[in-house]
Amino acid sequence: MFRKLTLATVLAVSASTAFAASEGIVEDFDFSFEGPFGSFDQNQLQRGLKIYTEICSACHGMELVAFRNLHDEGGPALPEDQVRAYATNFEVFDQALLDGEGDFRPATPADKFPGSSLSTAPDLSLMAKARAGFHGPYGTGLNQLFKGMGGPEYIASLMTGYIDPPECAPEDFDGYYNIAFAAGGYPEECKYEDGEHKYPGSWISMSPPLYGDDVEFDDGHSTELRNESEDVAAFLMWTAEPKMMARKQAGLTGVLFLIVLTGLLYLTNKRLWAPLKPKDH
Amino acid sequence: MGGIPHDHYEPKSTFTKGVEARLPIIGLLYATLTAPTPKNLNWMWIWGIVLTFTLVLQIATGVVLVMHYTPHVDMAFKSVEHIMRDVNGGHMIRYFHMNGASLFFVAVYAHIFRGLYYGSYKAPREITWIIGMLIYVMMMGAGFMGYVLPWGQMSFHGTAVITGLFGAIPFVGESLQTLLLGAGAVGQPALNRFFSLHYLLPFIIAGLVIVHIWAFHTTGNNNPTGVEVRRTSKEDAAKDTLPFWPYFVIKDLFALGIILAVFMAVVGFMPNYLGHPDNYIPANPLATPAHIVPEWYFLPFYAILRAFTADVWIVQIVNFISFGIIDAKFFGVLAMFGAIFVMALAPWLDTSSVRSGRYRPMFKWWFALLVVDFIVLMWVGARPAEYPYDLISLIGATYWFAYFLVILPILGVIEKPLTPPATIEDDFNAHYGPKDGSTAATPAE
Repeated sequence: MFRKLTLATVLAVSASTAFAASEGIVEDFDFSFEGPFGSFDQNQLQRGLKIYTEICSACHGMELVAFRNLHDEGGPALPEDQVRAYATNFEVFDQALLDGEGDFRPATPADKFPGSSLSTAPDLSLMAKARAGFHGPYGTGLNQLFKGMGGPEYIASLMTGYIDPPECAPEDFDGYYNIAFAAGGYPEECKYEDGEHKYPGSWISMSPPLYGDDVEFDDGHSTELRNESEDVAAFLMWTAEPKMMARKQAGLTGVLFLIVLTGLLYLTNKRLWAPLKPKDH
Repeated sequence: MGGIPHDHYEPKSTFTKGVEARLPIIGLLYATLTAPTPKNLNWMWIWGIVLTFTLVLQIATGVVLVMHYTPHVDMAFKSVEHIMRDVNGGHMIRYFHMNGASLFFVAVYAHIFRGLYYGSYKAPREITWIIGMLIYVMMMGAGFMGYVLPWGQMSFHGTAVITGLFGAIPFVGESLQTLLLGAGAVGQPALNRFFSLHYLLPFIIAGLVIVHIWAFHTTGNNNPTGVEVRRTSKEDAAKDTLPFWPYFVIKDLFALGIILAVFMAVVGFMPNYLGHPDNYIPANPLATPAHIVPEWYFLPFYAILRAFTADVWIVQIVNFISFGIIDAKFFGVLAMFGAIFVMALAPWLDTSSVRSGRYRPMFKWWFALLVVDFIVLMWVGARPAEYPYDLISLIGATYWFAYFLVILPILGVIEKPLTPPATIEDDFNAHYGPKDGSTAATPAE
C-alpha cells in the first residue's frame, strides 16, 4: 500500500512539514510504550520476535541480547520451555568443546543471539536507540518530547519507506530508494546545483525486507506491511531497552515519593519561617 | 572560620573538651551549621546544595559503575551494555550517572548566572569566584572524559575533535595532542588515561568545593541586595543573618526535592533525551558520523569555537599580525577558552560601585541579553555550520566577549545605579514586615 505512494504525495508531505531534503521523512507512529505510562505490548513483542526470526535474522545479528531475556518480565515473556526450544534454532560457537578446539552447538537460553551473518548488516540490538537522531523541528527536540518520536518510528518508517524512485534517478543507480533513509547514496541527477537534494531520503543497499503477509501470526493479527513494521520496530525497542518497564516503574515511584517528601519539606519550611515573616500570614 | 561575628563552639563535657583539644571537628561542624547566613537569600541561592548533592550522587553511582566497567577498546561498549542489561539495577545507576552530568551542568549554569547577576564575584569574593571557575573547568573535563568511556561513536569521534583542538596550538600542539592521547591517534592509551582521570577529577573537585565553601564562609554569602552583613557587633550581625541550620538547610532541601522530582522524571521517562543516539553505536574509527555534536552543556562554547572561521575579518587581521601563527583553527580554540577566561576575569572587569544587578537599571538588560545569548549559542552549537547558523554564532560569540570586555567596564562608569537598602534587615523587613514594629524576631535556637 505504502509502496504505491507516489512522489507527488511525498512532495506534498514534505512541503507541509518544511523538512530539509537531505533528511529522511520519519512518520509518527503511535506505540504502546510511549509516554511515562506506556508499556510494551507483550503480544506485539512476540509478533516482532517472529518477524525478526523469520526475516531480519537472515542477515542481521543481535549479539547483545541473550535468549534468556525473552523470558524476562516486561519483555516478550515467553515461557521458559519455549525459550529453550527457541534457542535451539540457533547455533553458537563454543570454545570449550572438542578439548578446547571449539565447535558449534545448539544455543541454550544462557547464550546470546548470534552476530550479523552479513558484514554490511549492522547488529540490531541497540538499533532503536541508535537511530533516534532526528531532533526536529530545528534541532529543538520538541517532536521527541511531545510526540514520542524516536528510533522505533525511524525503523517503522524505514520498513514502509520503500517507494518508486524519482524519475531523475538513473535506472541502474545502486540500491533501493527509501524516503526515511538519509545516509545512503544519492545520484547527482537528483541534486540541485548547490548540492541540495531534490527529494527526501536516499538509496539504501538493503532490499525491501517486508512486503506485507511475510509471516503468519498465531493470534491472527494483521500482516499488512504497516502492522508488521510496527511490530518489528516495537520488538527492536525492547531489545534496545529491555528494562524500560522497570525503569518507568522506578521513575514513577521515585517521582511520587519525591512529591510527597517535597510537600512535607514545603510545610516544614513554611512553618519554620512563619514567625519571621508576619506579612506573609 | 573568622568572618561575620558570631558565637563559637564551647566544649562543655570532658569528652568533647578532650576531642576538641586534639581535633576541632565538633567545632567545625558547629561553625558550619550555625554559619550566619543573610536572611534575605532568595531561591537562586539553592544551587550550591544541588551541586554538592550532585557531586556526591555522581561519585556514588560512578564508584558502582566502575565495578562493572572494563576500560578496553574491545570491551568498554559491551561492558556498559552489560551494566544496562545484566547488573541488578544497573540500568538505573547508569542513567542516574549519565543524566546526573546534565543535572550538574544545569545547576552550575544557574549558579554561575546567579553570581553574574547579583555581583557575587565582586570584592571581596574574587577568590571564591576563581575557585568556582576552576571547579567549572574541571567539571567540563570530567564530563568530557566520562562521555568517552562508553566508547561509542560520539565518544570516539568527539575525542578526536576535542584533542584535535589542542593539536591546533602552534609549535607544541602536535606533541601536546600525542601526550593527551598517549598515542598518535585515539585508541586504547587514550581510553585508559581518560578513565583514570575521570576517576580522579571528581575528588579534586570535591577538594576545591571545600575551599570554595571555606572562602565564602570567610567573606560571608553574598545576597540579593549585595549589601554586606553588618560586622560592627554580634548583635548587629544577628539582625542581618540567620543560622544555616535549620533555616537554610530546610529551605534548600525543599528546593532540592523539587529539582530531584524533575530529575527523577527525566531518568525514569526519557533518559536518552539529552544524549546523542550515535553513542549507542560502537566506536568505529573508519566511519565518522555526519555531525559530531558535543553534549548540550558544551554547546555554547562549541558554538564560539566554530564561530570564528577564516572569512571573519578579525581572524584575518590576527592571522596577518601574528605572521600566520594564529590561524582560524587556533583562533577558534583561543576564543573558546577565552570565553571562559573572560568570565573568570569578571571581578576586575566590572567597575560598578553597586554589587547587585537589582539596583542597576541598565545592567539588568545587558545581563538578560547575555542569558538569551547563552541559550542561542547553545542552540546554534548543535546546528550544522552553515548559513544562517554561522552568522548567528558569530553575533552570539561577539556579544559574549563584548559583555565582559566592553559592557561591564563601561556600565560602571555611565550607569546611575539605584540606592540599595542600608541593611539586609531593612530589605528583609520591606518584603516580609517587622513583627509589631519591632526589629527582626530572634531566631529560635
